[in-house]
Amino acid sequence: MNVSANGSEGGAEAPKLISRPGAGTNLIIRGARLLDPRSDLDAVRDLVVRDGEIAEGAEPGGAAEIDGAEIVDGDGLLAVPAFVDPHVHFRVPGQEHKEDLETGTRSAAAGGYCAVIAMANTSPPIDSAAVLGSVRDRAEREASIPVGFVANVTRGMEGRELTEMAELADAGAIGFSDDGLPIANANVLRRALQYQRLAGGVIALHEEDPDLSAGGVMNEGEISAALGMAGVPAVSESTMIARNCSLALYEGARIHVQHLSARASVEEIARAKSAGVQVTCEASPHHLTLTDEAVRSLDARFKMNPPLRTEDDRQALIDGLRDGTIDCVATDHAPHASEEKEVPFEEAAWGVTGLETAFAALYTDLVLPGVLPLELLVERMTCGGEPFGIEAPRLEAGVTANIALIDPELAWTVGEDGYESRSYNNCFGGRELTGRVLMTVAAGRVAFRQRSFALGVAT
Amino acid sequence: MKHLLGVDQLSRDEMDRILERAQSFAEVGRRDIKKVPTLRGRTIVNLFYEASTRTLSSFELAAKRLSADVVSVKSAGSSVDKGESLKDTVATLSAYDPAAIVIRSPHAGAADLVARWTEASVINAGDGKHEHPTQALLDVFTLRQHLDSLEGTNIWIVGDVLHSRVARSCLLAFRKMGARVTVCGPPTLIPRGIEALGCAVSYDLDALGEADVVYALRMQRERMSESFVPSLREYAARYQIDSRRLGPRQLLMHPGPVNRGVELAPEVIDSPQSLITAQVESGLVVRMAILYELLTGSDRARPERGPAPADTPTIGQPA
Repeated sequence: MNVSANGSEGGAEAPKLISRPGAGTNLIIRGARLLDPRSDLDAVRDLVVRDGEIAEGAEPGGAAEIDGAEIVDGDGLLAVPAFVDPHVHFRVPGQEHKEDLETGTRSAAAGGYCAVIAMANTSPPIDSAAVLGSVRDRAEREASIPVGFVANVTRGMEGRELTEMAELADAGAIGFSDDGLPIANANVLRRALQYQRLAGGVIALHEEDPDLSAGGVMNEGEISAALGMAGVPAVSESTMIARNCSLALYEGARIHVQHLSARASVEEIARAKSAGVQVTCEASPHHLTLTDEAVRSLDARFKMNPPLRTEDDRQALIDGLRDGTIDCVATDHAPHASEEKEVPFEEAAWGVTGLETAFAALYTDLVLPGVLPLELLVERMTCGGEPFGIEAPRLEAGVTANIALIDPELAWTVGEDGYESRSYNNCFGGRELTGRVLMTVAAGRVAFRQRSFALGVAT
Repeated sequence: MKHLLGVDQLSRDEMDRILERAQSFAEVGRRDIKKVPTLRGRTIVNLFYEASTRTLSSFELAAKRLSADVVSVKSAGSSVDKGESLKDTVATLSAYDPAAIVIRSPHAGAADLVARWTEASVINAGDGKHEHPTQALLDVFTLRQHLDSLEGTNIWIVGDVLHSRVARSCLLAFRKMGARVTVCGPPTLIPRGIEALGCAVSYDLDALGEADVVYALRMQRERMSESFVPSLREYAARYQIDSRRLGPRQLLMHPGPVNRGVELAPEVIDSPQSLITAQVESGLVVRMAILYELLTGSDRARPERGPAPADTPTIGQPA
């Protein structure tokens, strides 16, 4: 399945990705560095988009003009396949004061994303075909980039009874998850894994043993000891991963482990993969760049679940991303209103936004210092849909255009011009990052132009 | 010094200055008229989100001894009870232009937040299980009445360290004054990673004899039901400070209120080695010294509100 306009695959089954309909764009990006590791492409060329499809490339300045096409000077810029995020929270239905599909997809497009997968811990949660249908209808009106919706594994996310997974799959659920909450009862999860044989769809798991994490608000360690706050031990995550990988192996089921945070978790995944478990997993930009040292500020922008952990854990995540134990980057974009964050740390809502800063944060902290090659970062940020059956976008002739155009040298201060997201609980707020997305093409249409860049184009 | 948020941010010099000031207030306290006019016309707000007897009463009295106007707001019966956020409550109280807000909260970091939202000086009177800096300062003051210096002394903090803000602030304060600190308690009540604060850890009282000072913590009954310890009986058997365990040269402290017969045996509470009542006395003069330090210090910066009030009235200026 490609990241493309609605229903282009045809067939009886509902399309998994939904966005506002619109005509494909005509666009020529002249002389940018085109980088697509999957297509073995790294060259300065003209990139041509005709009717929303990537056309044959040409030597810099060589592409013939198309009637009515926008022409962008790509000199010094980087064009990569746009990113795919397998894990965002768009708060629809029920908490539109934090985010809705319009602001959420705009925020994603501003971060260079051409497709995202929205979690189902909404209010009410997406545990029935009726709720799923309603959010898909809204996406068709409001989403500027394609959105896939997972449905819950259990009714009301209560961890007791399975949802009508087969009907939900037919109604367009792209996968299943109770994200936000773990499925504590092993037998309930086992039933869901068995039922996957009928319903299909990967089951994405928030891994946390609620007994071990009970009461905790940050990583358990030296810093929680110093601050007197209850800790969430890393083993609350790794023990659940071990348990659930065993279950997946036993049932021959496919699982996707969400937001890894700890070394022990990376080790469990590596063990499971070598034992043949069908498991994929993700890590977030904040876990890859920050540690629990940040919590010393007692600033609730650093409160998320799983919590920021130690430098040793962070290094293990980076190594895992490099060697492929960790398959992809996921933001876990979790918007919250200011009144839920401007409270004491222990009281604050869990989660941080991250779509608009994911590339810049990872580029600044991991690529520029030489920790990870740019090619690898692009690869891991574009393949997030694969566990859910969405192919990674490519810069190849004949495919739907999904392009992020980036100025790799532009330094900017996060939040100084506000955010596209409705919420501003971004943990990089106030920091200077290097590398900014200037323009995003998603499913063949221009979904975002950075303001100053758009003005530059107009003149 | 503008705020007192935690011992963590205090320098040794600042601690010494507060302790010396407290000493001079202790002398005032022995006069018939115990009140000084230092803070006349200034307003101090005590904002207490948790029940408190000694901390609140001693802050109220300290403010009154310095001639400040004092208002105490407790969560029960106030707009806090009606769901007002901390931020809005602070904005409301700040409208009275208080010189200081003294805050106690069940949540770590509450005082830091209040300091961000108000122009008043903020004093942390206990934030969650994080810090209780005025308690630590009064404990150091009390000890200095009995020991010339804390340099090189051995202090054991015994009990529920995990849930104790007093333990954290005292540990930091005692270390800053040069003492060696051991925390001791059941393994379930010693936080993982506490050694990083520069203390030793013991799970039994076998080496208690090395301590010059034994600082016992309050053992809350709720901890039994949360299975941190199997029973009060077992806890008392292993960790209670009694006359058998407390040597004649060792000083005994406790932040109060005491659970008689749990963390302390009755005979040691009332023994001459016990500094528990002295701690309460120190609380008053140390809190006076803290208010004095924050509200009259020469480096008190309030540029946003025009020139700071002159510390010494000059001729021609209304008093």
